[in-house]
Amino acid sequence: MVEVPISKDKWGGKVGAVELGADAASGGTRDQLEVGGQGCMPFLEFEGCALNRPLIAGEVLDDASELHHAVKAQFGDAVKDPALWAKAWIDKGADLICLRLVSTNPEERDATPEEAAATVKKVLEATKAPLIVYGCGQEEKDAKVLEAVSNISARERLLLGQAEEGAYKSTAAAAMANEHAIIAFSNLDINLAKQIVILLTDYGVKKDNIIIDPLMAPLGMGLEYSYSVNERIRLAALAGDTMLQVPMLCDCTEAWKCREATDENPTWGDATVRGTWWEATTAIAALLSGADILILRSPAAMYVVREALDGLRGGN
Amino acid sequence: MPTAIEIFKYLPKKNCGECKHPTCLAFAMALANNKAKVEDCPYISEEGKRALAASSAPPIRLVKVGSGRHAFEIGDETELYRHEKKFFHPTRYCVILNDDIADQELEERTLAVNRTKFERVGQIMAADMVAVRHVSGDAQRFARAVSVVAESTDLPLLLMSKDVPALEAAAGQISAKLPLLNAADKDNWALMATLAKRLKCPLVVREDRGLNELADLVAQVKGAGVDDIVLDFGASTLKELMERSTMVRKVSVKRTFRGLGYPVLVLALGPQAMLMATLATMKYGSIVALEELRPEQALPLFVLRQNIYTDPQVPIQVKPDLYPVNNPGEGAPVLFTTNFSLTYFTVLADIEKSKVPVWLQVVDTEGLSVLTAFAAGKLSAEHVQKALEKSGAKSRSKAGTLIIPGMVARLAPKLGEVTGMKVLVGPKESSGLPKFLKGL
Ligand code: B12
Ligand code: SF4
Repeated sequence: MVEVPISKDKWGGKVGAVELGADAASGGTRDQLEVGGQGCMPFLEFEGCALNRPLIAGEVLDDASELHHAVKAQFGDAVKDPALWAKAWIDKGADLICLRLVSTNPEERDATPEEAAATVKKVLEATKAPLIVYGCGQEEKDAKVLEAVSNISARERLLLGQAEEGAYKSTAAAAMANEHAIIAFSNLDINLAKQIVILLTDYGVKKDNIIIDPLMAPLGMGLEYSYSVNERIRLAALAGDTMLQVPMLCDCTEAWKCREATDENPTWGDATVRGTWWEATTAIAALLSGADILILRSPAAMYVVREALDGLRGGN
Repeated sequence: MPTAIEIFKYLPKKNCGECKHPTCLAFAMALANNKAKVEDCPYISEEGKRALAASSAPPIRLVKVGSGRHAFEIGDETELYRHEKKFFHPTRYCVILNDDIADQELEERTLAVNRTKFERVGQIMAADMVAVRHVSGDAQRFARAVSVVAESTDLPLLLMSKDVPALEAAAGQISAKLPLLNAADKDNWALMATLAKRLKCPLVVREDRGLNELADLVAQVKGAGVDDIVLDFGASTLKELMERSTMVRKVSVKRTFRGLGYPVLVLALGPQAMLMATLATMKYGSIVALEELRPEQALPLFVLRQNIYTDPQVPIQVKPDLYPVNNPGEGAPVLFTTNFSLTYFTVLADIEKSKVPVWLQVVDTEGLSVLTAFAAGKLSAEHVQKALEKSGAKSRSKAGTLIIPGMVARLAPKLGEVTGMKVLVGPKESSGLPKFLKGL
């Protein structure tokens, strides 16, 4: 019989693992999840160990007024209350929650850091899941908001977003103050991804507190760039680049902004199913290219992604 | 291509110069660099020719399927990761129809496959193939169904039957269309190979027990004289699909193991069909056959294929120029955008929706979107002014108004200065253009 000369890559490097959420033993009040630890390219376990399964974070906003109706319909009234919304996500099967404090935007509602911190507190009380928290994206305001958030959730080991080149010190300080983990964002470029990790570690953040976000551009909106940037980052990490040996987060929610995902068009079929697949396809591309945590907006998309994930891992 | 030294071994070493190279070694070097053809040496032996052809063949064979304008090529891939160069031959999608469907419905469903088509960033994205699957158990019915489908479409066909005489009857009547025959397996391969060879059609070789078994069967089919082979490794789960597809690609391009160096057919059946199709699009599937392809799932799948198969170094672009939209005259204003296809076609569609006549100036940003180009320093007031001069925009529009993307509002003052036009800041998203233009 022909012997196929199976070619297996033997990797010298390994992605580090990061703990999210802190249980009672670690001084917190929630479930503790480990993310990362991969020693091979995604879903090629015959080439090395894939320590932890990728996690799915469900997105919760503290102001749902801009939320797409196809997503809103899946939560009903829960979207009016971040705590109920978070609970609904966990009931539906999300591993953790991603809370965006959009209401703190100074150009809109301008909620105070104290109000934001109170929202975080409520969400923490509503579920035992680990929590990712983002501000509104406005640098000066985020600094104050994340500081307040960090303090009110000391020892819960949140994942705080986000640090980027030119704006990382305040987020890093907020994370370090209470031993939270931090998201290191960069813009679709392997060198920039490495750069922000170097900046953070130089500043004093420990590498096992860092998760990178190399910007997951959605399907039809730059996925072709992200897919390869992610792959290159993961390949470099496995080949031994220590500054890239950190877990990767891919935010897939932008998929809902693509018009082809949700526009009504008589020849494009059902818009809700299409939107679901738009986000799910983005997420599956993220998984295949190296994602360790996904942020998703729609539970229907999560079910599709969950099925893909279970299938790819052989049912575990 | 093998190295010059490997090639040299097969040359006659006469150094006669008839190949227009001074020595055999020089000729070998030219061959290795694709600067000469084996036939240029009149003295090379038949055996040498064959050996050279075999070792210079691509690691994955290029296979042509179908005839006419919808014929396509699959295979001839060289990379495991697309950033290393690119993926060359996009995944093809095939819709499976059973032969026990009545003629009229069969025709309608074939026409529906023909219509599964979208236009995006200037490219047509469509279903590529129709399969007829022999489930009736009746050879005559299968032949009839194949002829009904063949008459209703110009797309290449995949003919699915294990029953060699049935396949022979069905394929024989349309063999000029070069259908892909499916499939040779461990029981029927000898007859299948004879049939494929006689009809000169490509042949699927199926073996789901493992890759060694598959390579064995491929060797036998090839030994029987069939060169145009497509593999079906029969993955029934996502994990199997991921692992087998990756191994086949890897041994072919990394180890130049030619025993599995063929394009791959993935039968995406059952409840996870769409997931299999999604996975196969990213992970090396050449043809994906599904029982259903609804538009709401086809569109994201086709866009995924478009994304994965674009050259990672070269964004899809349009020609920088001045484009009339909605029949503009001299009084119509000028708008500008970038030559990134995605940007251009999004903006174009929105302007068309407004029905307001305008001149659309496409600025050469080397295929970057508005903000990316701006951040990269490729979209400045000077770039815009140069584009307007080059296209003669100001002589074709006398309105003296320039409408700019809201994302680059900060360019407005400088643009007013260098162009001498009245600059209006448009909406950030072009979806706001219909309202904006009608309000002018
Ligand atoms: C994909 C992408 C890339 C790709 C390039 C894609 C391409 N071909 O352009 C790559 C990876 C190469 C890239 C690189 C960079 N990028 Co980039 N990229 C993106 C991303 C994810 C999507 C861009 C996109 O395709 N948009 C879709 C198109 C259709 O949008 P658009 O062209 O803007 O068109 C819309 C509007 O402007 C408007 N519009 C267009 N024309 C007109 C005309 C009129 C008259 C009107 C009224 C409206 C209008 O309508 C369109 C539809 O809504 C964005 C983030 C995001 N989600 O937007 C970042 C983004 C644009 N990039 C950014 C940056 C900084 C960069 C880099 C400098 C960073 C780096 N990595 O070095 C480089 C620069 C490039 C270089 N040096 O070569 C920043 C820009 C920051 C800023 N505010 O200036 C962004 C916003 C990301 C971010 N949040 O930081 N990028
Ligand atoms: S023609 Fe053939 S034999 Fe003569 S020099 Fe060229 S390679 Fe050598």
